[in-house]
Amino acid sequence: MERRRVLGLAGAGAAGLVAAGAIGAAVRGSAGGDDLSGVAGAVDFYGEHQAGIITPAQDRLHVVALDVTTSDRAALARLLKDWTAAAARLTAGRDAGPVGAVNGVAQAPPDDTGEALGLPPSQLTLTIGFGASLFRDASGRDRFGLADRMPAALAPLPAFKGEALRPEISGGDILVQACANDPQVAVHAVRNLVRIGFGVVSVRWSQLGYGRTSSTSRAQQTPRNLLGFKDGTANLKAEDADLLRSSLWVQSGDGPSWMDGGAYLVTRKIRMMIETWDRTSLGEQEQIIGRTKGSGAPIGQTAEFDEPNFAATGGDGAPLIDADSHVRLAHPDYNNGARLLRRGYNFTDGSDGFGRLDAGLFFMAYQRDPHRQFVPVQRQLAGKDLLNEYIRHVSSGLFACPPGVRGPEDYWGRALVTP
Amino acid sequence: MHRARLLAAAGLLALGVSACSKDTPSTPGHEAAVTASDTACTLAQAELSAGVIKFSVQNTGAKITEFYVFQGDKAVGEVENISPQTTRSLSVELAAGTYQGVCKPGMVGDGIKTTFTVSGSAAALSSDEKLAFAVTNYKEYVQSQANLLAPKTKEFTDAVRAGDVARAKSLYPVARSYYEAIEPVAESFGDLDPAIDARDGDVDPGTEWTGFHVLEQHLWVSGDISKDKALADKLDADVAKLVSLVKTVELKPLEIANGAKELLDEVATSKITGEEDRYSHTDLWDFAANVAGVKAAVDALRPALTARDAALMSDVDAKYAVLEDLLGKQKVGDGYKLYTALTPAETKGLADSISGLAEPISKVAAAISAAAPTPSR
Repeated sequence: MERRRVLGLAGAGAAGLVAAGAIGAAVRGSAGGDDLSGVAGAVDFYGEHQAGIITPAQDRLHVVALDVTTSDRAALARLLKDWTAAAARLTAGRDAGPVGAVNGVAQAPPDDTGEALGLPPSQLTLTIGFGASLFRDASGRDRFGLADRMPAALAPLPAFKGEALRPEISGGDILVQACANDPQVAVHAVRNLVRIGFGVVSVRWSQLGYGRTSSTSRAQQTPRNLLGFKDGTANLKAEDADLLRSSLWVQSGDGPSWMDGGAYLVTRKIRMMIETWDRTSLGEQEQIIGRTKGSGAPIGQTAEFDEPNFAATGGDGAPLIDADSHVRLAHPDYNNGARLLRRGYNFTDGSDGFGRLDAGLFFMAYQRDPHRQFVPVQRQLAGKDLLNEYIRHVSSGLFACPPGVRGPEDYWGRALVTP
Repeated sequence: MHRARLLAAAGLLALGVSACSKDTPSTPGHEAAVTASDTACTLAQAELSAGVIKFSVQNTGAKITEFYVFQGDKAVGEVENISPQTTRSLSVELAAGTYQGVCKPGMVGDGIKTTFTVSGSAAALSSDEKLAFAVTNYKEYVQSQANLLAPKTKEFTDAVRAGDVARAKSLYPVARSYYEAIEPVAESFGDLDPAIDARDGDVDPGTEWTGFHVLEQHLWVSGDISKDKALADKLDADVAKLVSLVKTVELKPLEIANGAKELLDEVATSKITGEEDRYSHTDLWDFAANVAGVKAAVDALRPALTARDAALMSDVDAKYAVLEDLLGKQKVGDGYKLYTALTPAETKGLADSISGLAEPISKVAAAISAAAPTPSR
């Protein structure tokens, strides 16, 4: 059963109703057709770039990192094909498999787990990335004969001062990011993809996130992170075509051609020391961040999107914006113009054993070359950021996200795994 | 004590027919005697006629052995865990060609090979015959395990009655493994499973805790089995009841397939977590026995499943090979490492391989119950 048919939304393809047109959805060619595009509330799966990067950030995240347990390249390619087919269906609001959650024979487990029946597509996007360990595993083995296709930009991130990384929640051979405006839809997608992968991949870690902490489009409000501040005001946005070319999408000639049109994703789980932050005075909080907590304006300015003036000084002659504030250290002007497309989410994994919130930011940032963008910025922040007293980086990941899937014949990473 | 009892349908208990397999729809075929010693593997005839051949493998050696039939490097049938001085059978449908019989004394290494040829032709088994073959084959397996369960349990309970803690501890996982191999069938007999296999906390209020696990607790926690004679006697009696019931059991092909899935569910829910043998930590013995039971079910269904969904069959085989390899790495002598000696990475690897096998296994029941393809003979 199709989820949108349950909803009675776009029975279009099946029943030939024209009503679907009225809600702006394209009509599928036939009930059994492969055309998964144009469903109301759905984000197109196919395209030049993968969806889920400049797509206006959804409210919810479920991201999973997996390790490949076979060294059979054909099995890996088969899984990528199966996943792609399932992802195209899921993002269109359909069941994970062709039979569906409730239409199969009684003796077989359903090919969809069913908890998203009746839910709309919810702007679900599924985005894949490949980690360096896919190319060479921890013991240096080239399991799939792909080592010579590993981009230089995927070289491991350097160690940063003060980080306390936990290997079991860091890295991974493959990452799948599921973003949706309904958490059940995102979790459903990951659950079904993991199920399809059993026997070929093993889940290394996964993370739930909520309350997007960045806007990736000017049409979106800048949200607040768990520190209570607006976050990502200066983010790269979908409308910045030139900047996207120079700072986000991998260009021809950057590295191996299978990544042309892709982007690199850095993930960092950043635990916040919430309770100590909450005991910090408003003035100090604003000094640490370099923005006012209310409007998000840079200190000394009046509106959120005003450019910070790092030269301005106060009555005592000291800079209005602290030289070690977060906003200044992360600013492109102090990082050779490096920009990131941030797509992070808040996380709260319940409480820790001391009764404190186990919470923070699951930082995700897409970029053209992490070693020229994320690394120098993070190096500055790790060294001096006043905020370091209140945060700890506990996981890290770097993934090469290939370009978009062009159509039903194409699949995730095809140019990478095809001989 | 365990959850789903898919097999529990009353239809399972035979309609008063207690004389075992003779009455079941038999498959056409003929017997071939194999003598397996610790140093030789001898087939009574080197030339056999095409059709279903029932290899009757007599272990005359001192080591536990296995017998395989290979065509080239592909195994077409196998029977495992043949104890010294016992005979077990393996039925396979063979077309004309050259094959190798392989005995594996001690269940390690490449084994001892003997070549034989099959000539002539026989009508391939019909779809129904393939399913009847599965039933016959799996029943042979279940009964072979049940027949060993009673004496192996008695060795264990004898040690308990004698107050020999060390000996009882060493025999506990051995006896259990025969139970675990046929657990879904054993679970179909109502109260017998809880009486034999209940864990602390699984026992209904007002019911006495009996069976393997209470003895396990006494052996490993207090070390005091001086008052356990009655428990030992009751375990023997319950096992005897089970063995007699197993002889009457009637199985359907679908139940064999679902039984295989249940065995893997057992592994995934209680063995991989170390909950089953929480005092002795011999969970991997149970794990291996459950997996052996899956293998027996799969081998029984092989002809029928291959005819219906060859791709699913080969997926099951590939995933089973991964699991068998990982499990083999945890072997110590005739047994297995303690659960507590496994590293987290090893436990996760085993869990992954169980998930990897359980997914295709979960599709077998539907494939078996689907209409058979039109035979292309």
